Amino acid sequence: MDANEAYAETTVLDLAATPLREVNATLQAVSGQANHRDFVIEHPRGAHAIAVGLDGPITVTVRGSTGYYCGGMNKLATIRVEGSAGPGVAENMMSGQVIVDGDASQYAGATGHGGFLVIKGNASSRCGISMKGIDIVVHGNVGHMSAFMAQKGNLVVLGDAGEALGDSLYEARLFVRGSVKSLGADCIEKEMRPEHLAILADLLERAGADARPEEFRRYGSARTLYHFDIDNAGQY
Amino acid sequence: MDDKTPPPARTMPRQSWTFSNDVNAEIRRAAATGIYDIRGGGAKRRVPHFDDLLVLGASISRYPLEGYREKCETSVTLGTRFAKKPIELKIPITIAGMSFGSLSANAKEALGRGATMAGTSTTTGDGGMTEEERGHSEKLVYQYLPSRYGMNPDDLRRADAIEIVVGQGAKPGGGGMLLGQKITDRVAAMRDLPAGIDQRSACRHPDWTGPDDLEIKILELREITGWEKPIYVKVGSARPYYDVALAVKAGADVVVLDGMQGGTAATQDVFIEHVGIPTLAMIRPAVQALEDLDVHREVQLIVSGGIRTGADVAKALALGADAVSIGTAALVALGDNDPRWEAEYQALGTTAGAYDDWHEGRDPAGITTQDPDLMKRLDPVEGGRRLKNYLGVLTLECQTIARACGHNHVHNLEPEDLCALTLEAAAMARVPLAGTDWYPGKPGF
Repeated sequence: MDANEAYAETTVLDLAATPLREVNATLQAVSGQANHRDFVIEHPRGAHAIAVGLDGPITVTVRGSTGYYCGGMNKLATIRVEGSAGPGVAENMMSGQVIVDGDASQYAGATGHGGFLVIKGNASSRCGISMKGIDIVVHGNVGHMSAFMAQKGNLVVLGDAGEALGDSLYEARLFVRGSVKSLGADCIEKEMRPEHLAILADLLERAGADARPEEFRRYGSARTLYHFDIDNAGQY
Repeated sequence: MDDKTPPPARTMPRQSWTFSNDVNAEIRRAAATGIYDIRGGGAKRRVPHFDDLLVLGASISRYPLEGYREKCETSVTLGTRFAKKPIELKIPITIAGMSFGSLSANAKEALGRGATMAGTSTTTGDGGMTEEERGHSEKLVYQYLPSRYGMNPDDLRRADAIEIVVGQGAKPGGGGMLLGQKITDRVAAMRDLPAGIDQRSACRHPDWTGPDDLEIKILELREITGWEKPIYVKVGSARPYYDVALAVKAGADVVVLDGMQGGTAATQDVFIEHVGIPTLAMIRPAVQALEDLDVHREVQLIVSGGIRTGADVAKALALGADAVSIGTAALVALGDNDPRWEAEYQALGTTAGAYDDWHEGRDPAGITTQDPDLMKRLDPVEGGRRLKNYLGVLTLECQTIARACGHNHVHNLEPEDLCALTLEAAAMARVPLAGTDWYPGKPGF
């Protein structure tokens, strides 16, 4: 089956020939009842704000790398980037899925309220910053300050984590298989209980990750910064 | 010592200006508690302000318009640069962003009701959009803040404009703060936080830094909302010329500039009193930036921070603003710091007019609180009516001044209609000292 056959029932949107506004408007206009739910975006060439604000159960395959905020504020849609993603991929996602075959730049999944973000390569700094319920699985490593002020959801890292992981963390759960260069303020290692192993097993399976939950360590908030205490002033 | 011996010569007890009683009291408070003072509101120190300007009414060189008979328009359209659906307001006075969380749901509803009756907009805050607010606000500006509490694309699309908050005048460079007493279950759920904890939100946005990123962020928000909504960028006044220029460069439709007298729900007193510049000092550099970029009136400028009267509104417009925004004054109109609650202010160790512990959630007026019993003290219908009345008076006062200067639209007020009472005000507002044709820094002198 050649590429043309594979896309026979998909709508192809060529960013080399079609303005971004038109591409996004086409994707945003698709409702749950539409017949054509599969889209391919050709020649993304690192454009910003590709496939943002989608609001229906469609699939979008981006054939190349993207700029800032690909899949931003996504609801319901499944977006696959067949390349690497620039800063803020899937920022503030509400639901649906975003899969990045390559690497992701800074702030991947920032402030995400829900949905599932999978990064097959590495993620840069501040992955999952201020996350509010999104689940993120990174097959490679994450950079410094990842999960900064993370409020809810799960961040799973199959590789290593950079400096200050989980700084000023709230209630998000962090799972790291490799090394952690350092933990941020108020982030501590926590006991991996059966319910955490179950969450992890589900996330790993959905992300197509070849890893066992038992290989991971769990990190979370020590909750010492939840109420101002002068003895913690050095950490603020 | 007999009666005939004069008393010994003694120096009078002399208080230090540097170490005054209130300064010493703060030192003692800091020594006792080990924590900085946190409060609400804006700068309380005396800074050059609109009171230091006077309006030059018309006489022979210009003729005035007849009060009540000759029209003086007040409408303003915001977001004409790029947005498909600009906001049309009947008056050039908007309600500033104040969060549900810092304010009660009743207070937010009252603000929406009053603003709607007056034909203007109100603004969400660092806590997401509530149904009370959306339902009662005909025109609602949705703030996009570093915390992104409650941020979602549905609310973005049902907003009438989007305001990207970079900073505010009470604390340019500072983040949000809402202490545990006010994080009720409802507030916590909207913010995805545990109830009852102290919440300190970030001072920088999580997914962009700098003007080049901001341009891309604005592109994203426009793409999500189909390029319909006006995009405001709000900054606290510190370097107004450059901040306004960069906001324009990043693609803002409207720039909101907030001076140091602008209020906050809660932050450190040292931040409020010592960081940022006065409202009076920020307007001319901001307008200069717009003029240098040839976008004055195309990119609208909203100024805020210490607007109290129609005279303040008129003077701000004369200096080049397109509209003003009020926060503290709107709360006072609803009943904040009203002497009717004096006994309760006294019980809290303060007095009506000085109450600023808004973060503690014990507001006797029922406005800056989440306490169910206190909240009931503010009737949102009555509060809305009071706000509408107040906005009406501000508008009439501003029109009175504009007519006196011979203008048939408040936007025709101009710097030439003003003079200054002090050298400081003359320098900041770049209008002549009263009775002269000179201000400090004026070219040609």
